[in-house]
Amino acid sequence: MSAIVLDRVSKSYGDQTVLAETSLSIERGRFVALVGGSGAGKTTLLKLMNGLQSPSTGRVLIDGGDIAARPGPELRRGVGYVFQEIGLFPHMSVAQNIGITPTLLGWSAGEIAARVDALLDLVALPRAVADRAPSALSGGQRQRVGVARALAARPSILLMDEPFGALDPVTRVALADDVRALHERLSLTTVMVTHDVGEALLLADQVVVMAGGRVLAQASPRELLTGHPDPVVADLIAAPRRQAERLAELARG
Amino acid sequence: MADRLHAALAVLPERLGWHVALSACALALGLAIALPLGIAAARQPRLKWIALAAAGLVQTIPSLALLALFYPLLLLLSGLATRVLGHGFPALGFLPSLLALTLYSMLPILRNAAAGISGIDPAIVEAARGVGMTDRQRLWRVELPLAAPVIMAGARTAAVWTIGAATLSTPVGQTSLGDYIFSGLQTEDWVAVLVGCAASAGLALIVDGLLGLIEGGVARRDRRRLWAGGLGLALGLVAALTPLAVAALSQGRPAYVVGAKNFSEQYILAELMADRLEAEGASVQRRVNLGSAVAYRALAAGELDAYVDYSGTLWANVLHRQDNPGRQAVLDGLRIELKARDGVVLLGALGFENAYALAMRRDRAEQLGVRTLADLAEKAPSLTMGGDLEFFSRPEWAAVERAYGLRFKAKRQFQPTFMYRALASREADVISAFSSDGRIAADDLVLLADPKGALPPYDAVILVSPKRAGDRRLRAALGPLAGRIDVKAMQAANYAVDRDTGKRSAAEAARSLGRR
Repeated sequence: MSAIVLDRVSKSYGDQTVLAETSLSIERGRFVALVGGSGAGKTTLLKLMNGLQSPSTGRVLIDGGDIAARPGPELRRGVGYVFQEIGLFPHMSVAQNIGITPTLLGWSAGEIAARVDALLDLVALPRAVADRAPSALSGGQRQRVGVARALAARPSILLMDEPFGALDPVTRVALADDVRALHERLSLTTVMVTHDVGEALLLADQVVVMAGGRVLAQASPRELLTGHPDPVVADLIAAPRRQAERLAELARG
Repeated sequence: MADRLHAALAVLPERLGWHVALSACALALGLAIALPLGIAAARQPRLKWIALAAAGLVQTIPSLALLALFYPLLLLLSGLATRVLGHGFPALGFLPSLLALTLYSMLPILRNAAAGISGIDPAIVEAARGVGMTDRQRLWRVELPLAAPVIMAGARTAAVWTIGAATLSTPVGQTSLGDYIFSGLQTEDWVAVLVGCAASAGLALIVDGLLGLIEGGVARRDRRRLWAGGLGLALGLVAALTPLAVAALSQGRPAYVVGAKNFSEQYILAELMADRLEAEGASVQRRVNLGSAVAYRALAAGELDAYVDYSGTLWANVLHRQDNPGRQAVLDGLRIELKARDGVVLLGALGFENAYALAMRRDRAEQLGVRTLADLAEKAPSLTMGGDLEFFSRPEWAAVERAYGLRFKAKRQFQPTFMYRALASREADVISAFSSDGRIAADDLVLLADPKGALPPYDAVILVSPKRAGDRRLRAALGPLAGRIDVKAMQAANYAVDRDTGKRSAAEAARSLGRR
């Protein structure tokens, strides 16, 4: 069964269309990457999935139910979301940030404290950071807190908007690997927006290629690398593939 | 000097108490209105524009005028309430001051609340939505805590403004630290003016410091600062309000309220009336420094029980009459018409006139050959006329101007004290003097004759409110004053208060006037 279904959705502001009519189905347990340049409509598509934005036309189904029928806050408490800007609350401690959704759901203090400890272990942060302010952490540590916060209420779906965009390359690779491992371990359905095609090909089971508010392709990394009929998609894949081939040649000497 | 200071400090607890009570209530009310409005404005750009424009407009109205405007408005509403509900509410004193100051305090709170909330990083706001907060949860858990330092800074500005503007509540009959400044300016009691300014400025500085402590505590999430500031404010409030509570518990409501307008003679006569009522065993509240129009309306509305007004003023400003049928005819006419129109009782004339009269220095008048207003009309185009703050807008001035065709080179307005000084320093050639003013004799001024009788007579008369019309104790206390004060006695009493050296307080002057 599909975890997320977009049924002929579109989004426009006045006469400006940011997302043309799109249908998309994401199987439970998949790791899907949305790739494309800026203005491709990736983030809009992602925000439609947890109701941060509502579609101008069409329906969004989560686990078979139309999300328009549910109050937004309740929906979002059940869907993890990681922001590009991380968006930690500066007036709350790390523990309060991680525990915010359980707090909103009315968990007991004891449950929340235990969950915070478990999540810090899960995202490989020392428990000592729990009482610190977010401003006292490095960028990579902060985004680990962001991921922990998204997973706090045990969602089955994790949405991520350019989660590694603000990080340096080394931190980025380490965190990306950890997130992929979490995806397996927690049996999540994960949707990640990125402009980095290489990252998408390496992490995802499925890649959705977007440009100008349209979906151009939805395929596995292998299918995309073996050649795609759409010239825009082929161009987009060509660059990382050439890079990979060149690296392989260098390694062979 | 030392006894002036002593006298000023003796009434400090009461004035400071009222000043604090008024400012605190206005600020609390301002916060209660402007904070939700500011929050709503942060969400709706159109509301933000309207609210800020309205609050900004209020700010451009001079605060004294804003305070004065609330009195007739409330009087009107109170009249309506009386008609509909059977009883009105006091339109003088605390209420108009509170409402005007509340309006005045709103702009900085509104502006900072709107700016503080719209200034929050949009990524944080989106994160709040993303983790599943409702609009209300986002406001309380994220937006208000993050905007709190900015909002506190606005409250701090509002507090300083309000405490300063509260000194202007004196003319609408609210006791405040402004009493020192208004009375002191009138009687040239600079010690009182300084005490008023210092107390008001000191209060503003202390409150600003304590709110600053709270603001710092909020910004740095430092509970100790927060508590220290809050505790300081609470203790200060209790300390300032204790004298008021003690006075209220020990005295109860005063039986009589005696009013006075804003000049020395009025202070003296109010003290004289109060003394006589107190001698009859009544408790009396004094409401001084009222605006001329405010006093009569307050009496008619029953907020004052008695005050002294002048026949010509009532004739022209209350009955809107422009003729001058003569001294006794004016008194008789007033007695009948005030009673019929407003139920106000004219208890009696005190026996002296405090007439508007144009006055010049004797040497200047002789040099120009001016003895009458008709002579003055010929020389006027090269002369400067000084009037008190209301003279040029009064019908008496219009009557004189019309009767003699007066056209001056320039007209200037002064606080009465400075008007006499302006004559001495030749900044004005002619002034609108008061015939019972002690300074006429002391400064050797001549009063110009009015051969056409353009200026009406100004007999000082005791007016009694409708609700005290049949009050025997009040009649017994004040009735005997009729015909007992001649102009020489009044001039002497006025001069004792107004002179520079050997100054007396209004209460002292009233006692010596009463002993005669």
